[in-house]
Amino acid sequence: MNLYVESLRQMFGAEPRKPGKEDFTEEARKLHEFKNTPEQRAERRRLIAEELAHKKESFSWRKWRWPTIIFVNLLFVISYHFDVQLVEGALTASRVIGFHFADLNSSLQVTLAFKEMLINLVIGTATVAVLWWLVGGRSFCAWTCPYHLLSEWVEMLHVRLAEKGWAKDYQLHRGVRTVLYVVFALLAFVTGYTVFEWISPVGITSRALIYGTLAGMIWVGVLLFIELFFIRRFWCRYMCPIGMTYAFVGSVSPTTVHYDLSKCLHEGECRKVCLVPHVLEITKKGRATRPHIDIGADCTRCAMCIEACPTGALTFRVKGLDKLL
Amino acid sequence: MSDEASKGNAPAKKPKKRMSRRERERRRALVLSILTGGAVVGLGLAGYYPVMTYAKAEDRLRPPGAIEEREFLAACIKCGQCVQVCPVEAIILADFEDGFGNGVPHIVARDQACDFSCDAVQCILACPTGALTHEIDKKEQVRMGLAVLTRPDTCLARKGLGFKGTARGDDFPGLHRYIEVDRWNPIRIADHPYDLELCDLCVRECPIKDAIRLEPMSDDPNDKRKTPVVTDKCVGCGMCEMICPVDPPSIEIIPRKKYGEA
Repeated sequence: MNLYVESLRQMFGAEPRKPGKEDFTEEARKLHEFKNTPEQRAERRRLIAEELAHKKESFSWRKWRWPTIIFVNLLFVISYHFDVQLVEGALTASRVIGFHFADLNSSLQVTLAFKEMLINLVIGTATVAVLWWLVGGRSFCAWTCPYHLLSEWVEMLHVRLAEKGWAKDYQLHRGVRTVLYVVFALLAFVTGYTVFEWISPVGITSRALIYGTLAGMIWVGVLLFIELFFIRRFWCRYMCPIGMTYAFVGSVSPTTVHYDLSKCLHEGECRKVCLVPHVLEITKKGRATRPHIDIGADCTRCAMCIEACPTGALTFRVKGLDKLL
Repeated sequence: MSDEASKGNAPAKKPKKRMSRRERERRRALVLSILTGGAVVGLGLAGYYPVMTYAKAEDRLRPPGAIEEREFLAACIKCGQCVQVCPVEAIILADFEDGFGNGVPHIVARDQACDFSCDAVQCILACPTGALTHEIDKKEQVRMGLAVLTRPDTCLARKGLGFKGTARGDDFPGLHRYIEVDRWNPIRIADHPYDLELCDLCVRECPIKDAIRLEPMSDDPNDKRKTPVVTDKCVGCGMCEMICPVDPPSIEIIPRKKYGEA
């Protein structure tokens, strides 16, 4: 089982595949066997009990992530209203100290609809692609997207409501995003109109912040309402084509969340907090085919799992950098 | 015997029951996915419908350099960089309530016209996608529409009347750069009162040379009446529409209309 292909399969919406016997590396197989010995199982139970008795505070990535989202979006607002020209434009396209930046999905929609690509847009798109490739692809979602932040706050509320039984959490088929991705790409090409941009909550929220075009926030409100009461993280998890575009970029990114099988106690804390829990399927007992695995394409690098993991089995890793240092 | 039968059936029944429940959940997920995904696509298409039928698209005055309307809607990446560089903030972005083209820029000339205070065509230079064509770089090359004397009967000049006071009232927030007042910064039109023997505001404040002139209405030297005549130099910026002191304005921009076109 090729892990890269598997991560793309999951990105397109397939259920994570249960690995066959032949998929495990010798090392991983031995590790699983070792973990399954009676002594180790007892040890694992002991460790979990100990861990529950003494909750450790882990490093709060969120304390950095939320301010980052707010800071980036504030840069746009400040640049416009105080005319400081740091980041001109909106999240769909901008100029950062004069350099062209263009959101990959907006750029894709425009190019499909217009069927022409000006050099400025090529430069902007390439710059942004390289930038987000470096830091992880869907890290755009967790570290920059203003809708993601709103959605995250609503999710916290949703979890509380669900505990009281006031909110449902209906599951959807994740493949719906792939369908939407293709449909909106086709629509842009066939109609010659950027159909998706009309409803993109990311563009709408960004422009509402910068230019005060607030009417579009009604649609954002509707989405958040659905997320609050019916479907947890409806847009980000099941619908957003932007997330998929960045997932493509992230699938080959050097910045990943790294999983260390030997440290894992398989408690499942990470999957509970994850926006895209299918990428963490390997943390289930007996699933990891290698002792060390980089989490798949759909991962937003939000670091919630890293925070949740009591044993440090999940960490950030920059491929190549660990060898260099 | 009945005990035995139920015992024998129990293990076979149990997994079957679990499967069916899982199956039900999967089916519900699928139905919900189709419904919600369909709704999202449907809403997207609802935004396309007015573009398809072209009901209102041509009513909107686009910023300088805007390419053909359909192509313009395709090419615009909705970033608002044109909005940001405009010194008089003439360009505004469409919102949900405008029905289509969310985030696409347009100008409401009567409220705030483009008066080329930027001296060049900054919005064109700012556009990253070429929705505002990079093929032009001078204000004289712009063709947003054409000024038309839509209400000739109300025109003060045609009645031979002068004009005194602020063109659009003391509360009007619109800006214009009066070179003789401040070379670099636009000021409020409300801060610039006039006292004219014959109203010639549309000609006086037109930022384009020879785009509009006043012509006598008769050969009689005692006849003060004059009429505005728009020439092929007109770029359709809307300055005349904004400054016209009559309400509703005697002169208006017809978006995308070309000179000599019916």
